[in-house]
Amino acid sequence: MKPMRKDNSPEDSDKPSSPNRGFAEITARFKNYAPAPESTASIQLKEHYGHYINGQMVASEHDHGIDSINPATEEVLAKIAVGGEKEVDMAVQAAKKAGKSWRALPARERGKVLYRLARMIQERSRELAIVESMDGGKPIRESRDVDVPLVAAWFFYYAGWADKLAYAFPGRTPEPVGVCGQIIPWNFPLLMLAWKIAPALAAGNTVVLKPAETTSLTAMIFSEICQDAEVPPGVINIITGAADTGKALIHHPDVKKIAFTGSTAVGKWIQKAVAGTGKKYSLELGGKGANIIFEDAALDQAVEGVINAIFFNQGHVCCAGARLLVQESIQDQFLKKLQYRMQSLIVGDPLDKNTDIGAINSASQKSRIEGYIQTGLREGATLYQSHQSLPSKGYYCSPALFTNVSQSHTVVQEEIFGPVLTVQTFRTPTEALEKANNTPYGLSGGVWTDKGSKIFKAGSEIRAGVLWSNTFNKFDPASPFGGYKESGVGREGGLHGLYPYVNLK
Amino acid sequence: MSERINVLKTYKNYVGGQFVRSESGHTYPSVTKNGKKLTQVCRSTRKDIRDAVTAARSAQPGWASKTAFNRGQIMYRLAEMLESQRAHFIGELTLSGMSRRQATKETDASVDRFVYYAGWTDKYSQVFGSVNPVASPYFNFSNPEPVGVTAVFCHEKSPLLGTVTAVACTIAGGNSTIVIPSENFPLPALSLGEVIHASDVPAGVVNILSGYHEEVTDPLASHMDVNGLLSFKSHSEVQKRLAEHASENIKRNHHKDWEDGYEDSLESPYLMMEFMEIKTTWHPVGY
Repeated sequence: MKPMRKDNSPEDSDKPSSPNRGFAEITARFKNYAPAPESTASIQLKEHYGHYINGQMVASEHDHGIDSINPATEEVLAKIAVGGEKEVDMAVQAAKKAGKSWRALPARERGKVLYRLARMIQERSRELAIVESMDGGKPIRESRDVDVPLVAAWFFYYAGWADKLAYAFPGRTPEPVGVCGQIIPWNFPLLMLAWKIAPALAAGNTVVLKPAETTSLTAMIFSEICQDAEVPPGVINIITGAADTGKALIHHPDVKKIAFTGSTAVGKWIQKAVAGTGKKYSLELGGKGANIIFEDAALDQAVEGVINAIFFNQGHVCCAGARLLVQESIQDQFLKKLQYRMQSLIVGDPLDKNTDIGAINSASQKSRIEGYIQTGLREGATLYQSHQSLPSKGYYCSPALFTNVSQSHTVVQEEIFGPVLTVQTFRTPTEALEKANNTPYGLSGGVWTDKGSKIFKAGSEIRAGVLWSNTFNKFDPASPFGGYKESGVGREGGLHGLYPYVNLK
Repeated sequence: MSERINVLKTYKNYVGGQFVRSESGHTYPSVTKNGKKLTQVCRSTRKDIRDAVTAARSAQPGWASKTAFNRGQIMYRLAEMLESQRAHFIGELTLSGMSRRQATKETDASVDRFVYYAGWTDKYSQVFGSVNPVASPYFNFSNPEPVGVTAVFCHEKSPLLGTVTAVACTIAGGNSTIVIPSENFPLPALSLGEVIHASDVPAGVVNILSGYHEEVTDPLASHMDVNGLLSFKSHSEVQKRLAEHASENIKRNHHKDWEDGYEDSLESPYLMMEFMEIKTTWHPVGY
């Protein structure tokens, strides 16, 4: 007698395919989870935030400020200042002045300042994680367990390089570049700050950093930490504001190096803007990463990997695995598993510890994602979206998946920067690689297979700076990160991440 | 007794492993420093540039996938072939008005430069790659890979050594390259095509085209299938234009200022690394 099916899994066969069989029943119960919100009682935000210039908090002149909105509730959290040319100049001059004594400081002492920052970030990690989730909409589980620990780790890693730079560049002598103008995006606000500031300071530079206008709050808490850590005034300066503030920073003649993370369009604009000026630049730009699932992959693991590749941080990830390429022989089975898993994702309050997918960062980003979903439908793609009930207030988007797409579909070609996955199939590895590389981007790629030789072969043929094999979206300060082709220039992380911040003599 | 009429060489572009004339049919005179006309050379056009990029693009993956050892052998072969043509190149360089002493020095340095970069092919990965100690159960390593198709804009100094440097520093890491040699005196660069042809460098890996720089710079630098630009001591206005073209598809753009070609910085893996990407690979570790 055949045993009774004990679950409502979509498997056609009664043969157990994975330890997750029976998962549906369990996840159905999960859907009625008890909320476990992180308390915000300990968070005390100011009404207004100014700029952090020369060790002081400075208000902007003639400035009405920008509302920093909690995307989960649409409530105003605080007002942030908008820096003009005057504030940018003040910050650059402070950085230039501080540069002299900063590079004159014994390298070991420079390192100790960074170590101090790392420790103080660890001390205030929960507070930073909560504010990061309030301000940007990312799930507290991610800000608490990924972003903020990595922030501290980044400072810790580069702190140690400060007095060991000679070992990083065999045969050459590294010298600081000078004042670095750094512009960061809203998807990993504090983490991008760490990626920019830690290597720059370790190499003996001073910085003026501009956070994104929707997510400046953790940068302002960081500036309080800088004061507490007694970072010499002017070594770190933070100017808040939007595109015009960034432009003023890029065009400032005393800024010797631009470090930018953001869209490819803006990256191209920056590369053009600094043409002929002799300014150094490093760019971390967009992506449209391919995630290749071979038929011999461990499928349940791969499903988890695909979920993490595209739905991590609401898909606001430049290196997201946004294009799924599945070998034809396992397409049906894999898609069933994937859709089934998508149903169990919890979309909701970023501060709730149960939440898998938080709020979309801003109203404009939400409408951009929705626009892409409409375009996909209009171009004939088939949409699958999981049926979570979304909170009535705030900017949310259910995880989405497009099938029946080809290389020419807009949703396959363009970076959506949201929880939207496209699915294509392939028969041979050659076809998979051809599709994977058929993009102007080259930031990340994924390969799932049980066969080591296949990983190395496919891995070497994917034209991308980060290759995740049998995993995805992993980051570490010791691990260089950055793009090929139109995904950027230069690396961040690891020894290679020092190179953009030195001139070699 | 009649005097022998010597046979003059027709100088042609070297594209996709073939010696070809400009599709335009146009030529211009190569002249010495004193304005003496030597011969006609191809006045390359946008179409010739496109053909060269196509050849370079199709040859690049095959070149990059050769073993580092093999690339080193082939590049060392380049040095052997150049050495065997030493007398020819010394003679050709003196045509430009260069002293025999200088011409000998430049030819010898060119041979040695191939030898230098031949030696790097199987070493730069060890010097510039790394195994990264990440704080999680993953094996993580980074290694350099070529950017793809590179374009090099030479200047008028050291017409042979400059071209050899351009070729060697770009192809050693697995890139293919398109070189625009000295405008007035491209003869040794075009003859270098014969040396490359006689070695085992696959067709299309190195392409050399003569032309008016003013005409070929923009089409080549703005070509969307070129990944890296290298220029030698160009005017600041040209540098700016190259940088602007680079921004159209985020090309790697590097300018190298040098006078005579003997500078230490021209023999450097850091110059190679300007046209290499770092790829980082992660894999879980566990049973």
